[in-house]
Order: sequence, then C-alpha cells, then structure tokens
Amino acid sequence: MKAKSRLERVLRSGHFAVTAECGPPKGAGPEMIRKKGHILKGFVDSVNVTDNQTGIVRLCSLASCALLKKEGLDPVLQMVTRDRNRIALQSDVLGASALGIRNILCLSGDHQSFGNQKEAKGVFDLDSIQLLQVVRGMRDQGKILGGEELSEPPELFIGAVANPFADPFVYRVIRLEKKVNAGAEFIQTQCIYNLKRFKEWMKLVRDRGLDKKVYILGGITPLKSTRMAEYMSKQVAGMDVPEEVINRLKGVPTKEQRQEGLKIAIETIQTLKEIEGVHGVHIMAIEWEEAVPELVEKTWLYPRPEV
Amino acid sequence: MITAERKPLSEIKAMIAPYRKILVVGCGTCVAECASGGEKEVGLLSSALRMDAKMEGREIETKEITLDRQCVYEFIEQLSGLVNQYDVILSLGCGAGVQAVAEVFPEAYVVPALNTTFIGETKEAGLWVENCRGCGDCKLGYFAAICPITRCAKGLFNGPCGGSKDGKCEVNPDTPCAWQLIITRLDESGRLNLLQAIHPPADWSKREGKGPRKIEREDQKT
Repeated sequence: MKAKSRLERVLRSGHFAVTAECGPPKGAGPEMIRKKGHILKGFVDSVNVTDNQTGIVRLCSLASCALLKKEGLDPVLQMVTRDRNRIALQSDVLGASALGIRNILCLSGDHQSFGNQKEAKGVFDLDSIQLLQVVRGMRDQGKILGGEELSEPPELFIGAVANPFADPFVYRVIRLEKKVNAGAEFIQTQCIYNLKRFKEWMKLVRDRGLDKKVYILGGITPLKSTRMAEYMSKQVAGMDVPEEVINRLKGVPTKEQRQEGLKIAIETIQTLKEIEGVHGVHIMAIEWEEAVPELVEKTWLYPRPEV
Repeated sequence: MITAERKPLSEIKAMIAPYRKILVVGCGTCVAECASGGEKEVGLLSSALRMDAKMEGREIETKEITLDRQCVYEFIEQLSGLVNQYDVILSLGCGAGVQAVAEVFPEAYVVPALNTTFIGETKEAGLWVENCRGCGDCKLGYFAAICPITRCAKGLFNGPCGGSKDGKCEVNPDTPCAWQLIITRLDESGRLNLLQAIHPPADWSKREGKGPRKIEREDQKT
C-alpha cells in the first residue's frame, strides 16, 4: 500500500482541511513554483496546481506538481478534459502517480475560446464525471477504460469541483451526487461570496446525505479591490459576487481595500467552519499567495495538524 | 438539412478567374431550403459574376442549371453533354454535391461556391441553427431531444458545467445553455430521473474512427 496524501489523511482524521492554489508561470522557469510553494508550506495541507486555467498556455500542471512535491508539499493535480483525449488523460494519471503525486482534481476545464489559443480544437473526449469514473476504475479495479488491466494501479485521492452559484440551482446538487457516484472523494467549490446561497446549497447537500459521502471544501478568493470584485461579478462565468460585498469594498479607501478583502475572506472562513458538512476551505488567492498564511493564522487554522 | 453559406464573391472570382465559360450548378434540396444554392441563388450568382466581368471589361458566359439533388448520381447525369462545353463547373451544392459532381465527371474542373456549414433546422425565416453533428450514435432519447454534443459548447454528456448562468452558455451569451434546456424539458415532462444515470464515454469511433464512414445495405443494392 502506497502512502496516502496529506489531504486524504487530514480529512479522514476529521480535521478541517486547508488547501490553496498555485497558478504556474507562462514560462519554463521552475523558480516561481518553488517560491509560491515556500510561501504556502506549513500553512496548508495541499496545493492545487491549475491546468492551463482559462485556456491560457502555462507550465504544465503535472511538472509543477512534481516540483512542489520535491519541495515537500502535497500537490493536487488539476486535470481538465479540454486538452487531452482519454489516451493522454489515462497516461498522465499513471505518470502523476509514478511521480508520487497523490491527489487529482477532475474538471472539464474553461472553454478554449476564453484563452490565448482561441483557434484550438476543444477535445472534451470525456467530461469531468466520466474522467472521475475512469480514474476511480484505474485506482480501485486496476483497469483502464475498456477493461484492460494495469501492471500497477495509480494511488490517488480523487476530487472534483462544484459550483453552487451556477444554474439551474436545484440541479447543482443532483450533479454533485453524480460526481460522488462517479468516484469523487473530495469537492472544492467555486469561490464563495454569497453565503446565503451557499448555505441553501449545503442544506440540499445534507438533505441528500452527500456531506457524509464526500468531503466538501469551500472555495475562498480574497478580493484585492473593488475593480476585482466588479470584474469577477460581471466577467467571470459562474461567479456570484453580491452587491453588498462590492459596496463593502467601495466603502473603504482604495489603499485599504486589500485589507478589507482579507477581512471578508476571514469572516467567510469563520462562517464556513460552523456550517455542518463543510470539511475544509480551498483558498484561491490569485497571484497573492502571501495572503494565505495570514488567512490561515487569523482563522485559527494554524498550525496544521500532525497526521 | 445540410446548411451552407455562399463564399465571398472575391473568393469565387479568384477560383474561376482563368475561365470564360462557366457552368453554374445549383441543388434543389438542402441548400435551396437554406437559400444558398437553389435555383434562385444560382441565378443571382450568375448575374453577379456576369455583371462584375462586364464592369472589368471581361467577357464570360454562364449557363445555369439546378439539379434536384446534387449528391445523387442519377440527377448529376443530367449534366452529360453540357459539361464538356464549359471550362469550369461552379457548384452551389454542399461539399457532398461538389464531390459527387467531380466523381461523375472526373475530367471536369469543379469548384465550390458555398461553404458547407452544418446539419441544422430552419428556426425562423432567415435563421438556421446547428443541431446535429452526425455522430453516428444518437442519444437524443436520453436528453429530451436536445443534442448535448452539438448544442453544449463542451459537448458534455453529464452537464451542465459551472458556466451555465440564467439559462445562457458562458461561451456565448447569445446561446442558450443546452443543459438548461434539457433539464427544463425533462423536468416539465416529469422525466428528470433520466439524468441520474452517468452517461459513459462516447464511442467516437462511430464518428471518426477510421476515416470517412460509409453505410452499406444489401437490401438496397440492385
């Protein structure tokens, strides 16, 4: 039996987990990944590495995860189905496990038309739910799609995402259930600014008993400015930033907006800690990794538990 | 139907520039329905080409003919005796029509006047929308007769993705989210349970597995 990921051990032993996100550089240099890793080390249990997010070409998630692993962090390999067919996806899953990566997050990925390769052919050979099922089959049955046996199965803690703020609202929970049935063991949600809607969603989650079947980590992105809040509200698909959050930032001088953004994030984390069925937080501090240690300390989530 | 749009006149002109006698061949089926390659469009294009040539001090000769179906050999054979009188065939058929004409008359030079676009329906006068990708493995029965391969930008079988907002697709706010449509229609007809099952990965080999596909039926052979 191979060693379980830190994220899995933390969640299975009942601790409130903290994960963060690391966006790789638009270049071949490994230093930036290492630097971000050092900022986060010790303050979080695991670090997600995005997979060409918003369809923009960046240093690949697999290599970035390997670099973080070398620095002693527990990486979460994000894998989107936009860019690879089932052959490449399964091959990368095996490669990740061979490199000692122990967490995977399965997503469909932002549509290529959002990125800097708009003319690209979107692959979408599988969707995120099918990818979950495939990875689960590889790990648990030791078989690839079609039934052929692997000489050695990958060891991975398998995750997926959920967006409580997209439509149709009621169907969101049914889809979450499909992800759980497909094999998801942990869920990281879209950034939470609308706590009212998140709580309603969590109630539906509990009503279906899903909080007992999957670990749910609430998404947090500290806002840096009114501009960022307005941009996210209007330009980023699937994002719900209520007017009162924007107004709260508007209410303080520009120089203090970052601080206010952190305050909002701290309050949100504190609230999430009290919601039944929420098992952790996933902090996506976009190009602001320095914010993570402060958020973790100020929400009494530091030090991270020994597991 | 197969939909198509006429190419820009400049592109058509460039292809037929070396030729004086032009046989303009339309098709009376799909491309007539979508008003790009029927009898009317054949006439309009021919006169536009003649007019243009005249303005530039050139002389061209055109002959217009519209076949019932440009993709069926027995109709294409109506061009026998005509083809060798012309320097070029300008086809207003879909891609299948252009190729079928060239197949029947391999010595002729056949060029397309249309860009073939998609399999779709006439939504309203002047509006055609894509709704089938010809995947060879129709699953509309599970999806309230709304094709997610065609109408979801990501072609998801287990949608919707996180970018569905107010019934619209994040990729193009003018496009309805196919999955919102599927869910609404299934919900309204009490069949939402159809969506609980996880749809397995598609068998794309039915679409593009070994190059061009063919259908062969013994009962239809003569």
